Amino acid sequence: MKRRAVVKMLAIAASVAAIGGTSFSALAQQKTVKVGILHSLSGTMAISETVLKDTVLMAIDEINAKGGVMGAKIEPVVVDPASNWPLFAEKARQLITQDKVAVVFGCWTSVSRKSVLPVFEELNGLLFYPVQYEGEEISKNVFYTGAAPNQQAIPAVEYLMSKDGGGAKRWFLLGTDYVYPRTTNKILRAFLKSKGVAEKDIEEVYTPFGHSDYQTIVANIKKFSAGGKTAVVSTINGDSNVPFYKELGNQGLKATDVPVVAFSVGEEELRGVDTKPLVGHLAAWNYFMSIKAPANDEFTKKWGAYAKAKNIPGHKDKPLTNDPMEATYIGIYMWKQAVEKAKSFDVDKVSVAMGGQTFTAPSGITSTMDAKNHHLHKAVFIGEVKADGQFNVVWKTKGPIKAQPWSPFIPGNDKKKDEPALMADKKA
Amino acid sequence: MGSGRLKAALAAFFLSFQAHALDPAAVEKLAFGDGDDKIEAIGALVAEGDPKAAELLKAFAEGELQTSGKRVLIVKGKDALDALTGAKVAPLPSDREDVVANNRLRGAVASALGAFKLASEDRNERLAAVRALADANAAMLPLIRKALETEADAEIRGLLELTAAGMELKDGPKEARLAAIRKLAASENPSTKTLLLEAASDQDEDIRREAQQSLRAVEGRLELGEWLGLAFAGVSLGSILLLAALGLAITYGLMGVINMAHGELIMIGAYTTYVVQGFFRGSAFFDWYLVAAVPAAFMISALVGMALERSVIRWLYGRPLETLLATWGISLVLIQAVRTIFGAQNVQVENPAFMSGGIQVLSNLVLPWNRIVIIAFALSVLIGMWALLAKTRLGLYIRGVTQNRAMADCVGVPTARVDTWAFGLGSGIAGLAGCALSQVGNVGPDLGQGYIVDSFLVVVFGGVGQLAGTVYAALVLGFANKLLESWSGAVLAKIAVLVFIIFFIQRRPQGLFALKGRAVEA
Repeated sequence: MKRRAVVKMLAIAASVAAIGGTSFSALAQQKTVKVGILHSLSGTMAISETVLKDTVLMAIDEINAKGGVMGAKIEPVVVDPASNWPLFAEKARQLITQDKVAVVFGCWTSVSRKSVLPVFEELNGLLFYPVQYEGEEISKNVFYTGAAPNQQAIPAVEYLMSKDGGGAKRWFLLGTDYVYPRTTNKILRAFLKSKGVAEKDIEEVYTPFGHSDYQTIVANIKKFSAGGKTAVVSTINGDSNVPFYKELGNQGLKATDVPVVAFSVGEEELRGVDTKPLVGHLAAWNYFMSIKAPANDEFTKKWGAYAKAKNIPGHKDKPLTNDPMEATYIGIYMWKQAVEKAKSFDVDKVSVAMGGQTFTAPSGITSTMDAKNHHLHKAVFIGEVKADGQFNVVWKTKGPIKAQPWSPFIPGNDKKKDEPALMADKKA
Repeated sequence: MGSGRLKAALAAFFLSFQAHALDPAAVEKLAFGDGDDKIEAIGALVAEGDPKAAELLKAFAEGELQTSGKRVLIVKGKDALDALTGAKVAPLPSDREDVVANNRLRGAVASALGAFKLASEDRNERLAAVRALADANAAMLPLIRKALETEADAEIRGLLELTAAGMELKDGPKEARLAAIRKLAASENPSTKTLLLEAASDQDEDIRREAQQSLRAVEGRLELGEWLGLAFAGVSLGSILLLAALGLAITYGLMGVINMAHGELIMIGAYTTYVVQGFFRGSAFFDWYLVAAVPAAFMISALVGMALERSVIRWLYGRPLETLLATWGISLVLIQAVRTIFGAQNVQVENPAFMSGGIQVLSNLVLPWNRIVIIAFALSVLIGMWALLAKTRLGLYIRGVTQNRAMADCVGVPTARVDTWAFGLGSGIAGLAGCALSQVGNVGPDLGQGYIVDSFLVVVFGGVGQLAGTVYAALVLGFANKLLESWSGAVLAKIAVLVFIIFFIQRRPQGLFALKGRAVEA
């Protein structure tokens, strides 16, 4: 009770200060700048994406409280593309042409990003994409603050091959049926082959979006694992993860026998799943809530207070942070820095200013935006699920590594330029 | 809990060893070394045979081991013990670092602790220990041989011999390896297959031949488990389809209402379960919330269904197209209403403790409790519905009205009221389905959308107006889906089943079982 009162007082104090601030600065300038938020708030992806919308809103509140971007208050425009891929493109067009937003933060699945990409390129918009993905793309209109395959998938597989990871010999690649899992698995297959894994030791299985009956698949994993030490690489996305992990636990498939490493499962997806039977299963990310770093303490504390103040369901009682939230947070601050460097909201100028921006990320590592390829340099962490739903970091890279959006494991990629095509053309 | 017994067991087991304090070097390695050092330390600690070593290893596996400077602490809640001396450390040092145990280390600790428990007095504990040892490394072989000397129980002896054989298989003289391979033929453990596969590509021809023979025997035994698992998955999916379709079998099958909002009635049942769960949260009876949720889900869905019938559907009897459109609209309204009240995100419905985990039937077959409970639930709903329709006056009325409305009206059946009751019954059963589905899948506003197509498929496939047909259709579709899925993957299986249904309905529009004789359609 007492704490609530304090929070209320703080909130009132803050709003009074904010009102005072605006009325004061309002005399000088009443500029606002609109920022679009394009995350699914309903449908199968809502489990993962809703919280990213709140992260953007929190960062915007923070920035506004400190005077905004170049003196302009940020005004968020939230739309709900409802896990419907064509609707993403429609909403993106609406954000750019009608709302005239300076930048959009959004998308989770690669299929949604692919669907908005032509819109951003045609209208010369700016998109910050906060989620790990399969690479094979560089657009001058997109900044990718999530991981490329060499910053997540490949290190994870290398770890599982190592002695400490269990020395896996056979690989069960399981994913949702769309572009991200298919491309990632294509890269992993080529990588595994380069490490001498035979064709018969790799199995690829896909399920539709929203699939909820994993009985046969878990049984097949068991059967497959009888042929040698097996690891499962899961690229299942969205709420299908809940029934998948429930089935894993119920059928008694233990991590010490068959570890499952997931690329789209974080603290948020495991909320409400009974994690005791899942202890030891892995996830590879560039951030975990359990990372011990001053920047992370601050980030998780801020999120907890924000969730409580805004009454965000679930988070108000048990605030959780995860990797895409961190990537979103880095993205919006880097955009702010770039705008201030460019002294303009113009997309082309901001794009140029983005290169080389640095930010002390909540993961405790100073992330740098690559000068050319629109991707962040990130450190990789591999964590094991603990009984309380958090992750124990069992392996990490020494420092940030540069993204390779064009994976060297896909033939023909060695000829592709590590920067957006249009910019390269201009220079040529 | 079992630590007292464990200590006694250890004392008995390691009587021959001289008791002494923990080796500081091993403890240091465990806390500060890299992966290989830690494995070595675990081996050394086990060899010491000190009960304190067992406690230390257990704390390590459960993530309770921390370091502070050079000191190694076992931290439980707010209490800390020095791992070496066992002395209490207070206050807690602030510079503690976790000692992280990964899968490899936890596995090593589990089999090490298993070795400790081999000497337990309790038969079940020994049995569990042997099972845990099945994948242990060869370093445990002396311990197992020692246990074999004293073990009297036939089942445990058998398992121990198999485990020992698995370890002997890897190296040793050829004769011993051959004997080990022959022994392994009797194994039911899937990991034996891995061992034999390795042996089957051995350089020695005798060993290769023998290993292939044993491999065939083991595979044959494992195959049974795989088929049974597939059959169970089929029955389980069938029971879910049946639950989803039973309500529709009444509203569409018997009453002829094309109810596109059927899925949303299921969804309402699931959300009711969620709300009831909320009432029970924190109480001692949380595990029994389903007992209250089942009738609540039935009542709420039935009430919503009856309200729909009274307000909308009743005015559209005999106009199937308009009914379809109206109920479709209602379904959208219901989805949006739920979205407004509960939010667009999925809500968490937890399994009661007794529905988590599974029962081990064969070495490679675990049947999850939640699925077993749902199969039983589907069965009891089916029996209840049959009894209601066949044995009660309301059932008689429903059958009468659906077969010949005019005649039923003439003999004094209140047909309008019977329609409402029947529709309420169908909706209530949809609510029960939602309650069951909340235990295996996600609960969100779109829950029903995923089941409406399947429900209609089952009812049409089984034959409209036929309850028995619905049951068979649900089981057939469940089996077909699971069988195809294991061959061709989930995506293709779904397509194949739909194509099959299209062809089937073309050949036999009346479904699996047709109503014979004086038809309803007149």
